[in-house]
Amino acid sequence: MVNLGDLSRASARHLLDKDCPPFETAPFVAGPPLRQRRVAIVTTAGLHRRDDNNFNLSDLSYRVIPGDVRLSDLVMTQASVNFDRSGFQQDVNVVFPLDRLREMDGAGEIGRIANFHYAFNGAGQLPTAFEATGREVGRMLKEDGVNAALLVPV
Amino acid sequence: MRENTERLRPPRFLWVPFELGRPFGAPDEREFQARVLRAALALLERQGPPPILDDFPDNAPGDGPADMTGWSCPISFPAPEATDQPALPARILDEISSLTPWQALARERRGRTGLGAAKMGIEDSARFLHALWAAGGSTDNPSPTLSLGQTFRGASEDMKTFYMEAATARPSRVSSRELADWFWGETAAGELLLALHPACLESVDAGVRRVALGQLVPRAQLHRLNKG
Repeated sequence: MVNLGDLSRASARHLLDKDCPPFETAPFVAGPPLRQRRVAIVTTAGLHRRDDNNFNLSDLSYRVIPGDVRLSDLVMTQASVNFDRSGFQQDVNVVFPLDRLREMDGAGEIGRIANFHYAFNGAGQLPTAFEATGREVGRMLKEDGVNAALLVPV
Repeated sequence: MRENTERLRPPRFLWVPFELGRPFGAPDEREFQARVLRAALALLERQGPPPILDDFPDNAPGDGPADMTGWSCPISFPAPEATDQPALPARILDEISSLTPWQALARERRGRTGLGAAKMGIEDSARFLHALWAAGGSTDNPSPTLSLGQTFRGASEDMKTFYMEAATARPSRVSSRELADWFWGETAAGELLLALHPACLESVDAGVRRVALGQLVPRAQLHRLNKG
């Protein structure tokens, strides 16, 4: 995401100073071809359905986005103000590419779209703080038969 | 950013050279978004070894000086420094009135709006924000379900969303920076949000102070706080 040179010095420094501890192991699994995969999107853009609770600052919870959601029902309450929202306001797919995924599904390029996708508020916390809810979502993805998770930061 | 990802070492990662907030490149660019998505999902068929860090080769459509089109907002407002202007709340309500047909057009064309964080109408959000500023960061909370800080946060986000949706109603390749500079530098709503920053840092409400500190003015616009 993003070229350092495109950011102000203060913004670049802020992002570079974030604590990004490396994964202690290097889990890596192969799997079936993409056309046999069941794909879910996990976003940190703070998206949710309009009637769901807003995300708060330092919010560790997640929101469930049904696979058949109408994109017009999605709003964004991510805690950070330091990224562009005007793209999302014009087209949800620039953040959450569900229409594109549906087109790939229709063309047989992927196996299926998951029954549920998941959204976190990717700001205000270290990645390690999300371990418990991350594992919870992992279990639900597994129960949904998902074998391809597209993790999308914002 | 690539630098952070190199430290994290996830199993598979596609780095994209797009601005923060636009991981699939650009709005309403269906083919380009599909290319990015295919490039990301293609990593699943790679056999390793990890970490696999690929770079997406192209900039987003509209990036770069060749695509700058000299955008202007569909509605012109008086310059903030103009004399003999109505008071700030009246100017904001005038702006909202002028922008409402454009925001309605955007909503109609897109079939959606991002408004709703404050759970109240945009004019009520404007009135609440002005009351909060006038009272030094603490006022009656109109929301039965949100805390005062959450209402502050929601109302400020709804103001930005309303203006941005209206400003992008006409198809154009306006950059996010142009939009942000317009909102924060040329509108009465931006003027109010900038004024709320110092006022709410002194609020007796901790939630209001937290919003003012880090969830109101983007880092790239903080320089405006030092003006005047």
